[in-house]
Amino acid sequence: MSATLVPSRVPAPRPAPGTRGAHHARMERALFIWAPLTFFMVFLVGPFYWMLITALKPDSELYDSSKSPLYVSVPTLDHFRFLFEKTDFAVWVGNTMMVATLSTAIALIMGVPAGYALARLRFRGSEFVGTAIFVTYLVPATLLFIPMIEVMATIGMDDNIWALVIVYPTFLVPFVTWLMSGYFRTIPTELEECGRIDGLTRLGAMMRIALPLARPGILSAGIFSFTLSWNEFIYALTLVTASSERTIPVGVLVQLTRADVYFWGPLMAGALLGSVPVALVYSFFVDQYASGLTAGAVKG
Amino acid sequence: MGTATTVAPGRSERAVRRSFVTNIIDSERALGYLLVAPVVVLLLALVAYPFFVAVGYAVTDRTLADKGVFIGLENFELLWENQIYRQTLANTFIFTAGSVTIRLILGVGLALLLNESFRFRRAVRAAILLPWIVPTVLGTMAWLWLFNPNFSVLNYILVNTGLMATGFNWLTDPDLALFSVLLVNAWRGVPFMAITVLAGLQAIPQDLYDASSIDGAGKFQRFRYVTLPLVMPVLLTALVLSIIWTFSDFGIVYGLTKGGPMNATHVLATLSYQTGLASGNIGEGAAISLTMLPVLLVLIIWQLRRIRRSTAM
Repeated sequence: MSATLVPSRVPAPRPAPGTRGAHHARMERALFIWAPLTFFMVFLVGPFYWMLITALKPDSELYDSSKSPLYVSVPTLDHFRFLFEKTDFAVWVGNTMMVATLSTAIALIMGVPAGYALARLRFRGSEFVGTAIFVTYLVPATLLFIPMIEVMATIGMDDNIWALVIVYPTFLVPFVTWLMSGYFRTIPTELEECGRIDGLTRLGAMMRIALPLARPGILSAGIFSFTLSWNEFIYALTLVTASSERTIPVGVLVQLTRADVYFWGPLMAGALLGSVPVALVYSFFVDQYASGLTAGAVKG
Repeated sequence: MGTATTVAPGRSERAVRRSFVTNIIDSERALGYLLVAPVVVLLLALVAYPFFVAVGYAVTDRTLADKGVFIGLENFELLWENQIYRQTLANTFIFTAGSVTIRLILGVGLALLLNESFRFRRAVRAAILLPWIVPTVLGTMAWLWLFNPNFSVLNYILVNTGLMATGFNWLTDPDLALFSVLLVNAWRGVPFMAITVLAGLQAIPQDLYDASSIDGAGKFQRFRYVTLPLVMPVLLTALVLSIIWTFSDFGIVYGLTKGGPMNATHVLATLSYQTGLASGNIGEGAAISLTMLPVLLVLIIWQLRRIRRSTAM
């Protein structure tokens, strides 16, 4: 596949450096690889650069249109200080952390075994259950947020951050189940059969043999669930309204963009800090993440 | 798996001796129900039940203050005559079609590019994922600032390079706002498309390319007859998911414009929020969100049939 864009890979001998041929190949590479790559980097990553320098710029520079907006002359941490001293940012970080961790744990505890059952165990109705779970994964939250407020109020969870811990698994569990059932299907059954012959129960075979083998898949499912909860917006906006109960995305948006007053510096600082944890998680696990996707999520 | 047949002979004798618990954890069927039951209960209680509550709301004139009475399909009839709703419906389709087209073109292009070998490829691949992994609303805030009428860096570049005299009113010009908003939605979606298509590309065995080269296939033919058909299932799945997510998107529009200026960027989700919660007409708001259902159903059924066909093979 490596040769679809670079014609210089044909068996013909490579032209010696400094000749016209080498120059030609370099030009082509610049045109077909580096030029589009630059475009993508500017388009996709550029806004984060903009976020970063805004977060570091003193207000005097920020709102002075004679200064170039493209770089920062005298960086400052004032906006970050504002965030922690004048807003509830620290509280939102704690809330988001708690909600994301707990709902991910619930999603894995429920979804991994269910994914295993759908992939491995034969029982009546398993196909129907699998389809139903898949369908709920595709049902968007924007269809359910209005009645969800009422449902949460009925069980005494109105305006309470625990409502999010209960609600997030509704979209995390179907995803984990779906991804894991795809992942378990890629693990050969022979190993578990050997375990059964050696006297393991059916549950034992799952716990002792299948689950350890599925660790990369479980890791991807966990990372993905964590970031989905960290990023969730519409339930967090509508199910909790007290500032002390908010998550980062809602808190930053609601408290730092009031009516027509925008606190641009702190807003960008908050957006940046709120993005760092998920970005770190991904950068460490990007490979497992990609392999998990191919095994399960995108199995078309 | 054949466990049933291997266990069958001495089953009845053993069953007497074994405890009830052992029976459950050792029987494929019982264990299957046990492991799936919690998920089924959760989804019935917090997806199916709220869905029917929403349907119940949609046929009443319920508000935040008043439980309301049954009014049949009146909400839907009124919506159909409502100019703002019609505009919102059109916006939603333009928003989805525009964003998904950009995602598709740029996403596939980026995937092909990342499948090449070049220096810093791993770093680039990690960096381009940022728009997709960063919390949507927080990434959107960067764009809100990029689109700022007074301090827009986009306009700064356009004016200072002499391309334009004054720059655009990205979010305040009703003719331009919907495009600006869909551009941000596409920005967030391109990495997902790229990374899934890339995964599909890398799953293609090199043998197939070698074999087709031996058979005399050129670069274009290899792409047309090897790459494309093998990537298609992954591509279509990513496409269906992208359409569903874009069609039902809330955060990006809410973060940038809240549906304004003059409803020019309202999509079904934001109008449903605006009507149902901000203005308190819960019945009407629920009805608006339910009108997403026909499109979602078509997509979901299509995707289900594709999965069934591929697992049958």
